[in-house]
Amino acid sequence: MIEIISAGMLSTIQDLGRFGVMKDGFTQGGVMDAYSTRIANKLCGNDANAPVIEMTMLGITAKFTEEHIFAISGGRFDISLNNKPIRTNKAYLAKAGDVLSIKTAKQGLRCYLAVAGGFDVPLFMGSASTNLKINVGGFDGRKLKAGDTVKVGKASKLKNIEKRELAENTYDRIVTIRVVLGPQEDMFSENDLALFSNQRYTVTSDFDRMGIRLWGIALRGKEKLEIISDAITFGSIQITNSGMPIILMADHQTTGGYAKIATVISADLPKLAQVKSNDKINFEIIDVDTAEKIANKQKKYIDRLF
Amino acid sequence: MIYSFLQNGDSAVTVQFQNEISKEVNSQVTALCDRLEAKRIDGVIEIVPTFASLTVFYDCSVISSKKLKKKIEALIRDGESHVKGTARVWNIPVCYDDEFALDMETVCSHTKLTREEVIALHTSKPYLIYMLGFLPGFAYLGGMDERLFTPRLKTPRLEIFEGAVGIGGEQTGIYPIASPGGWQLIGKTPVKVFDKSKKSPILYRAGDYIKFFSIDKAEYLEIEKQVASGTYTPTVSEVEL
Repeated sequence: MIEIISAGMLSTIQDLGRFGVMKDGFTQGGVMDAYSTRIANKLCGNDANAPVIEMTMLGITAKFTEEHIFAISGGRFDISLNNKPIRTNKAYLAKAGDVLSIKTAKQGLRCYLAVAGGFDVPLFMGSASTNLKINVGGFDGRKLKAGDTVKVGKASKLKNIEKRELAENTYDRIVTIRVVLGPQEDMFSENDLALFSNQRYTVTSDFDRMGIRLWGIALRGKEKLEIISDAITFGSIQITNSGMPIILMADHQTTGGYAKIATVISADLPKLAQVKSNDKINFEIIDVDTAEKIANKQKKYIDRLF
Repeated sequence: MIYSFLQNGDSAVTVQFQNEISKEVNSQVTALCDRLEAKRIDGVIEIVPTFASLTVFYDCSVISSKKLKKKIEALIRDGESHVKGTARVWNIPVCYDDEFALDMETVCSHTKLTREEVIALHTSKPYLIYMLGFLPGFAYLGGMDERLFTPRLKTPRLEIFEGAVGIGGEQTGIYPIASPGGWQLIGKTPVKVFDKSKKSPILYRAGDYIKFFSIDKAEYLEIEKQVASGTYTPTVSEVEL
C-alpha cells in the first residue's frame, strides 16, 4: 500500500483505457501518455495495462507502507526518495516507511508512477481508469487526496532491479505532431490543408484531459464545418466554426458534430500529453500505412525492453 | 448501398453511409453493427454506431486498416442491408408535473398547444434511438411530432437534474446524469437509464425504441422507491420494422 501525504494538482488512477462501451456513451479515457505508462510498467515488470497514478504539473508525496519496486516515467519532475533526489525511467526499491516526493514538472506536464503489481482498485466496466465527469473508476471515481491509502496488487519476482533503467524522456516546447488526414478532410480546401500543415500553432491556456485548443490562422472550410455527429477518436482534430483546431484527448466526448480535418497518430499522442500553454505545434501529414508502421515499431520497442 | 470509408489515424475506420438523419440510413448502420459484432474480427477493439456512420476501432498491431476495410466490405456485400423483424420498445414513465416541467410554459407558448396536448403528443409514439453519445446513456431520439419542435434555451442551464426529459429543437430525450444542458424541460423519469451499480449500466442500445407514458406524482414516488430498491424494470414491447 501507499499512503498519500499530499495529492498534488490532479492525481488519478488510470490504465490504458475503458474499451467496448463507447457505443453506450462512455469515453475510452485512460492515461494521456500511454508511452510513458508502458515504460513505467515495463520497468516494474508489470503488464502494460497495470493501473498507474497519473500526475499533472505537481505530483504526490506518499509513504510506502511495505516494500515495493516502483518507477516513474513521463515528464521530468523534481523527485526524491527520503529526500534523496532520484530520476525518471529507473526502477527503485522502496522499503516500508520510505517517503516518495514528486514535486513540480521541470520538463513536460504529466508523469506516471507505477508500482510492481500495479495499483489495485475495483474495475468499472473492465477498466481501472478514473472518469471524473461521471465519477466512476479508479479510486472512488475521484482524484486522490491526502489521507488516501492505495492498495497494490501482487507483484511478480524481479531480478537485477539496478539494471532496469533507460535514458530520461526529453520534451521540447516546439513539437512536430504527425497526423493522418481525415475523417472529414474533404470539407477543407487545398488552401486550408496547406495552411494546416504549414503554420505553427500555439497551445492556448485551454488544455486538459478532454482536449487541447490551439490558436493560429483560421481555416475557413469549403462550407459550414458542422457534420451529422459521428464518433470521435483520441487524437481527432476538430476545426470549430472559429476556424481553430481542438485536439481531442483521452477524456473526449464519444461523439461530436464538428468536422475533423485530421487525426494524430497514436505514437505521437504521448507528446501531446506533455504540452502546455504557449508550446508550439507543427502538423506533419503522413499516410495510414506509415502511421501503422510507426505505432507497431513503438510498441515493439517497449515490448522488447529488459 | 451507398457508403464510403473514412480514416481516423491508425486507430479507427469509419463506414459512412448516406449523409442524412433518417430511419432508413440508421437501419443500415444498426444492421452492419450487428453483423460486425457477431463476426468478432481479430484486432477490432470496439464499434460505435452513430446517426449515419459506424466507427470501428482497431489495433493496428493485429490488423491493418487495409485488411479491416476488406473484411467490412465483404460483410456489407454478403449481408442484409437493413435490420429486419422487430425492435425493442422501452416503456418509460414520465411525470410531467410543474415541479419537473420547468419549461412547459415556454413549450406551450412556442407550440401554441396546451399542457395536455403537449403530453398527449409526446407520449403518442415510440422514438428510435439513433445513437448514444455525449454522456453515458444519452440517447439521440428521432421521430418526435413536429408540432412539438421548440428551440433550445438561449442560455443553457449549468445543471440539469438526472432523469430530466426535455425537448431540444427537433429532438427529445432523457438526461441520464446531472449535466449542463440547453434543452426545454417538460418532465422527469424516475427510471435510472444509467445505473452505475448494474453490470450493464445502460438500459438500452442504439436501434431500440423509447415510448414515454405519463404518470402522476404519486406513481412517480412509488416507482422511484422501487427503482431505489432495485425491483423496478421498465416494460418492454415490440415494434415491427
